[in-house]
Amino acid sequence: MKTAAPGFAQRIPWLTILVIALACVPWMGSRFYTFLATDIVILALFATSLNLLLGYAGLVSFGHAAYFGIGAYTCAILMKTHGAPFIVGLVGAPLLAGLIALVFGYFCVRLTRIYFAMLTLAFAQIVWGICFKWNSVTGGEQGMSDVPYPDLSWMEGLPLVGSLRVGEQYYLVALLIVALCVALLRMIVDSPFGRMLTLIRENPERARFIGLDVRRYELAAFVLAGAFAGVAGALFGMFNRGVFPDFAYWSKSAEVLIMTILGGMGHFWGPSIGAAALILLNQQISAHTVYWSFVLGVTLIVLLFVFPGGIAGTAVAGWNRLRARRNGGG
Amino acid sequence: MSALPAAAGHQVPIEILAVRDLRKSFGGFTAIGGVSLSMSAREIVAIIGPNGAGKSTLFNLVTGHLRPDQGEVIFEGRPITGAQPHDICRMGIGRSFQRINIFPKLSVFQNVQAAIIADRGHGSRLWGRSADLFHDETMALLESIGLAGHAAATSGELSYGAQKQIELGIALASEPRLLLLDEPTAGMSARETREAIALLERIAAERALSLLFTEHDMEVVFSIAQRIAVLHQGRLIAEGTPAQVRSDPEVRRIYLGEGK
Repeated sequence: MKTAAPGFAQRIPWLTILVIALACVPWMGSRFYTFLATDIVILALFATSLNLLLGYAGLVSFGHAAYFGIGAYTCAILMKTHGAPFIVGLVGAPLLAGLIALVFGYFCVRLTRIYFAMLTLAFAQIVWGICFKWNSVTGGEQGMSDVPYPDLSWMEGLPLVGSLRVGEQYYLVALLIVALCVALLRMIVDSPFGRMLTLIRENPERARFIGLDVRRYELAAFVLAGAFAGVAGALFGMFNRGVFPDFAYWSKSAEVLIMTILGGMGHFWGPSIGAAALILLNQQISAHTVYWSFVLGVTLIVLLFVFPGGIAGTAVAGWNRLRARRNGGG
Repeated sequence: MSALPAAAGHQVPIEILAVRDLRKSFGGFTAIGGVSLSMSAREIVAIIGPNGAGKSTLFNLVTGHLRPDQGEVIFEGRPITGAQPHDICRMGIGRSFQRINIFPKLSVFQNVQAAIIADRGHGSRLWGRSADLFHDETMALLESIGLAGHAAATSGELSYGAQKQIELGIALASEPRLLLLDEPTAGMSARETREAIALLERIAAERALSLLFTEHDMEVVFSIAQRIAVLHQGRLIAEGTPAQVRSDPEVRRIYLGEGK
């Protein structure tokens, strides 16, 4: 008997198709679409990195924005203050975010459940406090504006993309980096390590007695999630043309948590769907009313009740029901 | 523990587990008050005793889930007192729990496969798909515990008896030499109990396992245990062959119930 044979849906290279589709956005005519798409792909990476903790390891972090913020500031400081090339900022951001996640995570994984969550929040507020107060390095309350775009002059010689605006070229670069990171995250959740995380989520006591050092695994997941959040932060700082203490504030952590839950933390693509849904909803609603945050809140409550497994969870359940009915009827 | 001379054609009794003067209190309550016990390789030993006698505490002390206040646990000649559960598991002690303790949302295959992945040290690998890893070994183990037909089923949805079998499968995945079973037939029907005993006896023989188990069902205890230790209020009050324990007046008074 063969188990876990890949189904038809799993054999389709979804990521490749999605990246190609998304890469077409700059040619759809509107700069605004490209702007929205950049926002979505970067935050999709942020939310997917959180889901390594939330959906796979079963760890609720209220402070994931800390690593996003650290990534954003690291990249911005390296590139703006020290004039470092893009690649240095892009590599430095996840390294420092991962390193800080290692230090904070060392303490966090010693606690469980709500205590774990509260400690992640406390550490994140420390990061925010440092960003807010360390004027000479982070620009303090004012943050750092005029963070440079990476040098994309090499793209000018390329066919098709050479004639695009710099913002559109940046989108393509960000899309490629996000796709690479998401592919890495996909590899991680499918790997034996990813399987061990799901065991820890399901039953940490039993996981310990099949020989797993549960804390070490949780710490490893925390560091990886932090590092990928750092990449997202670095990309976001450049996209935003500035980095601000808000990046590490608790409301940013809440936002990414909402994206992940709204999209569905039980599914790999859930957080990305959630990021797209939240950003598009936000943009649609704020175009029509100044009470957008109220409308958004109500919409979210309704969505969470209607789609308890998130958008992805509901879609998958619906698809399975449809297939079962078709198989049963045929 | 003295080294015994090996005689040709003679089974040398090697001490696989020794517990020496183990003590554990919770607040003012003495759960285990000085227990010493020794077990040879391939021996099947039952620990019986009324509820609250300290059976589960004793298990938790051996497997590292609790740290003793005093005393020593020695496995294959090595002291393991106070070691972490995951380390003890890796040394070769397997365990099944009193209440069902599996990964209920994963398939039967995944439950056992995950335990094999963890045991073989592949758990920290970040690359390569896990889905088909150790496929043949997992299926062979499922076959031997009679669950091959349910490989793809969600484990939490199976019958109680089948879930207990999954527990056994998870415990066997680490290829233990000593297996601790906390009430292996608790909650089973008479038929499930008979099947479970037959399975345990076969597995123990096939894999040359030593079994240490607790059990309420006296029929089970007397049918497979080679030696029985009786625990009462945290102390061993009797130890011996089933026949010896059955005729022990103290045991009859406290536990088996006179006139039964």
